[in-house]
Amino acid sequence: MRSTDARSITALAPRLASREVTSSDVTETCLARIAEGNGRLNAFITVLADEARAAAKRADAEIAAGRYRGPLHGVPISLKDLIDLAGAPTTAASRVLAGRMAAADAAVTARLRDAGAVFLGKCNLHEFAFGTTSEDSAFGPVRNPVDPARSAGGSSGGSAAAVVAEMGFASVGTDTGGSIRIPAAVCGCVGLKPGYGELPCDGIVPLSRSLDHVGPIARSAADAWLLYRVMAGDPNPPPLSDRAESGSPLRLGVLKPYFMDVLEAGVHAAFAAELDRLAAAGVSFAERSVRHASHTATVYLHLQLPEASAYHAPMLEAHPELYTVPVRQRLELGRYVLAEDYVRARRGADVLRGEVDAALDGVDALVLPTVPITAQPIGSASLTVSGQTLPVRALMLRLTQLFDITGHPAISLPCGASDGLPVGLQLVGRRGGTRQLLAAAATIEAVGSPAARVTM
Amino acid sequence: MAGETKLNRGAKEPVERWLSAAVADAERRGLADLKPLLEGLAQATIALRRADWNDGVPAGSPAADLGGNTGGGR
Repeated sequence: MRSTDARSITALAPRLASREVTSSDVTETCLARIAEGNGRLNAFITVLADEARAAAKRADAEIAAGRYRGPLHGVPISLKDLIDLAGAPTTAASRVLAGRMAAADAAVTARLRDAGAVFLGKCNLHEFAFGTTSEDSAFGPVRNPVDPARSAGGSSGGSAAAVVAEMGFASVGTDTGGSIRIPAAVCGCVGLKPGYGELPCDGIVPLSRSLDHVGPIARSAADAWLLYRVMAGDPNPPPLSDRAESGSPLRLGVLKPYFMDVLEAGVHAAFAAELDRLAAAGVSFAERSVRHASHTATVYLHLQLPEASAYHAPMLEAHPELYTVPVRQRLELGRYVLAEDYVRARRGADVLRGEVDAALDGVDALVLPTVPITAQPIGSASLTVSGQTLPVRALMLRLTQLFDITGHPAISLPCGASDGLPVGLQLVGRRGGTRQLLAAAATIEAVGSPAARVTM
Repeated sequence: MAGETKLNRGAKEPVERWLSAAVADAERRGLADLKPLLEGLAQATIALRRADWNDGVPAGSPAADLGGNTGGGR
């Protein structure tokens, strides 16, 4: 989707500022889309219709009084339901947290609220963000807007489904192994995982504290930039500056070989076609590798499992029956990881971080597919790809989890389709270079393929 | 797998001992369904311990003939 997309925040904000449209009107339109489509997609756990209408009315009054706060003022958005919103339930899609109301806003919620954003509700997810399909949820599976028989990806599946189905202009998700980028890729929108530690995770139910990131799911890189900057503490950010101003053509490092070894043929074709389009537009490429990339899943498991288990241990002891079975099993598994292996994995993370840093030498960003497969039918457990039969969970995480380990900023952009199902292209930037990454993403959006369109 | 050296091939036996103990403990706790997951984790742990970034037995020490990593190869 282009930044000039009429459904984008970038297009909406000046119209709200000039009072050509009102927040009340666009909020009502989003609520109507939710009422119409949520029964089919299950994207929202909680819809805050009355609160959203009241917030929109306040935004309209403030703008009319000349107190325009910035580009998110009056813009209706949603939050993944493990991010606290004061006075609303935070369920993490689990029966374990049934009845829990947030007493205060999460840090990012407070910043979005201060910027004037209107909260439509809380989005469905994989229970406790511990999965990649958004199927294991106490509230039922999220369904993909492009094909409701298929998974929306996860764990921020409800957020991506809501954005693509126009149930709001953007959403906020979390990403521990790929949980923003994976659903963005398989639903057909933009998902940004900023660099580690750039945005505060206070007030967000953790999965694995050394890997957790929070970030936006949106319709364009320019929109993702606005949410990213607001959540970083700038309530009135400038538009994303055009990378073309730098005067030099974009140069990308194509990650091989591990990253291209297991790919569905249709994903490979869409990715290759996108690189051809970019080359024709003047983008240049160089091959890059990460020597220990094949250790990615091994390192990830020994970090993520015990960190998740440490947080959940009291709840696992008190109410194991309240978890979905697959999530409970993985949480119990983490209790068997030895401390010495956690330390070995920490060392491995340092090694991988240095190797990704080195791979970025001489290029503006690294490029690879976001997910090796397209959205799978709900209930799929494993899949044979490139001659290997692997769990869907492992396939979904294969190309994203490395950058949670290393903390590099990464973004997924729509990259055409395979058999009508969206494919994602992933860009990875330098640590501390999220702005430059977003500028590169905007350049690619300007010449790349559009996202899958959804007709509800 | 990238980074595996002969110095860390002794990872398998300790992990097999850990796996036996873990499976027994899971069964005792009524979590027999964890067994296949623990077996998968054991394979990952063997791979992790064989990675060439790990410290091992210093060369010239009494245990050096066990094939330790001297800490090189990072």
